[in-house]
Amino acid sequence: MGKTTVTANIATALAMLGKKVVAIDADIGLRNLDVVMGLENRIVYDLVDVIEGRCRLRQAMIKDKRQPDLYLIPAAQTRDKMAVSPSDMILVCDELRQEMDYIIIDSPAGIERGFRNAVAPSDEVVIVTNPEVSAVRDADRIIGLLEAEEKGPGRLIINRLKPEMVARGDMLSIDDVLDILAVELIGVIPEDESILISSNRGTPVAMSGLNGSSASQAFRNVAQRLQGETVPFVDLTPKRVC
Amino acid sequence: MNWFERLLGKQEKSGATAKQRLQMVLIHDRADVSPGLLEQIKDDIIEVIAKRLEINPDNVVVNLDNTAQESRLVAEIPLLQQNGRRRATVQ
Repeated sequence: MGKTTVTANIATALAMLGKKVVAIDADIGLRNLDVVMGLENRIVYDLVDVIEGRCRLRQAMIKDKRQPDLYLIPAAQTRDKMAVSPSDMILVCDELRQEMDYIIIDSPAGIERGFRNAVAPSDEVVIVTNPEVSAVRDADRIIGLLEAEEKGPGRLIINRLKPEMVARGDMLSIDDVLDILAVELIGVIPEDESILISSNRGTPVAMSGLNGSSASQAFRNVAQRLQGETVPFVDLTPKRVC
Repeated sequence: MNWFERLLGKQEKSGATAKQRLQMVLIHDRADVSPGLLEQIKDDIIEVIAKRLEINPDNVVVNLDNTAQESRLVAEIPLLQQNGRRRATVQ
């Protein structure tokens, strides 16, 4: 639920902290991380080109010129979904580990090959959910699968929270979701128009920080928590400046 | 929601409804036991018990109960009252 936007923003926010970061779009056939990051015009090679040996890994890494050390490896657009296997992903990531501080992989929706590709090389999994019945149910299933693969339980981002709706009792609250899923929370991203505006422009909100947007701050907080820092959660009580 | 709000015909907030529905559906998801399977199990239990004891099949309840540590199947099978004795429950 918003995995691509979250990936783009976490990768950007970590790069803003001076880390060497590469984001990988693992959604073969439905490439999108490139447009959210605003790098779609610079694609020459993609992940499948690397795996099938048509280029070196370096050649498929698009450098985001707005940050000192942020790269994107785009997904292939028109190829067979089975072109990438979990062991391919492990090989690619093992090579990237040598020089990168963080490899952020955007998993496709679902629980099939694409999901397994994204999980196989990972040291840690971040689950993105919305405060909706269907999304929380899916997140519970994902947590179960992660535990089965011994990659779990993962940490949770609650995305698109509307504090006003929570306040009037018409949306699952942060505590409700945590009660049900019983995993550690690593971020709460409020519903915020500036996320869409930033995506429209191809500049992740973590970077653009539109009008001191609360979502921008929330993403930068997630990056700091991933670094092991303790950052208090933004107060999302309505009618207050966050 | 308290009885007073219920009396006024107030509807429960949708956030609370969402949480309850999720908790119910996840009990079944996590145990991989569908409501249909539970019905079958209930019918089987009724058949076995009814061989030996008098029960009213309509009063038998079989539920899944989840805690963080375990899932358990909880069956409540009230026996038909005999000679003014108290009802017994087999769990």
